[in-house]
Amino acid sequence: MIALENVAYSYGGGELLSDMSLRLAPGSFHFLTGPSGAGKSTFLKLCYGELLPTAGHITLFDRDVRSLTRDDIAYTRRRIGVVHQDCQFLDHLPLAANVTLPLTVAGRAENAGDLADLLGWVGLGALAQALPPSLSGGERQRAALARAIIMGPDVILADEPTGNLDWEMSLRLLTLLTELNRMGKTVVVATHDLNLIRQAKSLVPARVLRISKRRIHLAGADL
Amino acid sequence: MMRRPAFLRDEGKGDSVVPPSGHTAWLTSFTAAAMAFLAVFALALSLAAGSLAARWQASLDRTATVRLSAPEDQIDLQTKAVLATLATTPGIASARAMTDDEQRALLAPWFGPDLPVDTLPLPRLIEITEDSTGYDGEGLRQRLAAEAPGAVLDDHTRWRRPLAVAATRLRLLGFMSIVLIGTATAAMITLAASAALAANAQVIRVLRLVGARDVYIARAFVRRFTLRALMGAAAGTGLGMVGVWMLPSADSAGGFLTGLGFQGAGWLLPLLLPPLTAAVAYAATRASALRKLRELT
Ligand SMILES: Nc1ncnc2c1ncn2[C@@H]1O[C@H](COP(=O)(O)OP(=O)(O)OP(=O)(O)O)[C@@H](O)[C@H]1O
Ligand SMILES: [Mg+2]
Repeated sequence: MIALENVAYSYGGGELLSDMSLRLAPGSFHFLTGPSGAGKSTFLKLCYGELLPTAGHITLFDRDVRSLTRDDIAYTRRRIGVVHQDCQFLDHLPLAANVTLPLTVAGRAENAGDLADLLGWVGLGALAQALPPSLSGGERQRAALARAIIMGPDVILADEPTGNLDWEMSLRLLTLLTELNRMGKTVVVATHDLNLIRQAKSLVPARVLRISKRRIHLAGADL
Repeated sequence: MMRRPAFLRDEGKGDSVVPPSGHTAWLTSFTAAAMAFLAVFALALSLAAGSLAARWQASLDRTATVRLSAPEDQIDLQTKAVLATLATTPGIASARAMTDDEQRALLAPWFGPDLPVDTLPLPRLIEITEDSTGYDGEGLRQRLAAEAPGAVLDDHTRWRRPLAVAATRLRLLGFMSIVLIGTATAAMITLAASAALAANAQVIRVLRLVGARDVYIARAFVRRFTLRALMGAAAGTGLGMVGVWMLPSADSAGGFLTGLGFQGAGWLLPLLLPPLTAAVAYAATRASALRKLRELT
């Protein structure tokens, strides 16, 4: 699904990430941890083609990212739902239109019932017509998750999706992600929250990746 | 199935994904309106200059007259000399001395039908018809002076020739103005579109993130600018046509301004300006949007 082979990345200075090799198998669930500034967000950006590796090869859905045209990248993004650390929206459109934006740009019709279900699930049913600037940080994160999954993507990449959420809402999102994983979606969640990881391990066979000293490691069971 | 042109097709929420942008919208409409207004006048000028040129050209009926005054005993001799000279002058198709009857008919309006042409010392008139190449007026004058001292060449229509040339040039200038106006419109709309794209970098980032293709994003901008240009140009064209319509009519103004305006079906011509402006805006915005999008991410 997503495969990295001796991948390195640098923003121009020294290498931030070096010699990473990894396969994200279909249906797997991974957590990504590491100190702030270690390169978790950078790793996720490599995984959805926003950044190109400075060395090595990344394969998305069996195609080398370097061979993808701009349109190919657009099509690839429709199969990868991304929740960003800084959730960005179209501030002039109401929440509901923002959540259905992936459908809109793909020229697909939305199903009003599905949208209502989804918004209800992330606890935003009452805010469908609110404009994004009026939402709280947690509400934005939940909206971003709703937007990431509305297309039914094969892969979900979430960057600190629970950063601004209370424990109850964090668990709710985690449950949603594990549900999606049980349906066969590949999930990667970058997080600092060890409690969340422990909780998840009781729900799904999740694996933990840790970025430190420019390398990515499979963390042991010591968590 | 009939396909609508790409910029009119609306995939779902279409161009609402781009926020309404204040001053670039206004600038585009205003530019299109002002340029269309100017283009209407340039068009009117071109058409008027064209018909003026045609009218003057047609009245250059390629005739001239040689007036011959001579003592009575020499007049026939000199007439023969003049005709002989004319016959050997390149560029002259035919030359013919008018009969007394013809001359009488010519003078009748002024002096009445009973004019005794024979007894009056009237000059003899010789009518010349040019061929298409035309003749050298100054050369002919000199030869006539040598052969028949009493002969005067009167090429009364020649003065109009530079005017006809000037009118043709004027029409060319009018068309060049229209081309310049079109180019300037394209440039202004390109600038406005790039400014709008730059101002919406965040919107574009979000759209790309959720899987929008460049053509989709470009279309949202292109559609908007095309519609604005169309509406602005329609307003400008309307105002321009009213302005032309209110110009003094041919009868009261006379002179050079005669016929500055549209005649009959000519009024339909400025109606082409709004769709033409829209087409220019479409091409200009699309090219700049696709280029800009490639720069942005
Ligand atoms: N566009 C950029 N240009 C230059 N440097 C960058 C850029 N983006 C990130 N960096 C640097 O790369 C490093 C890794 O950034 P990244 O966002 O991947 O970290 P992170 O692991 O996600 O951190 P956090 O947990 O705080 O989100 C940081 O030192 C950051 O300053
Ligand atoms: Mg980060």
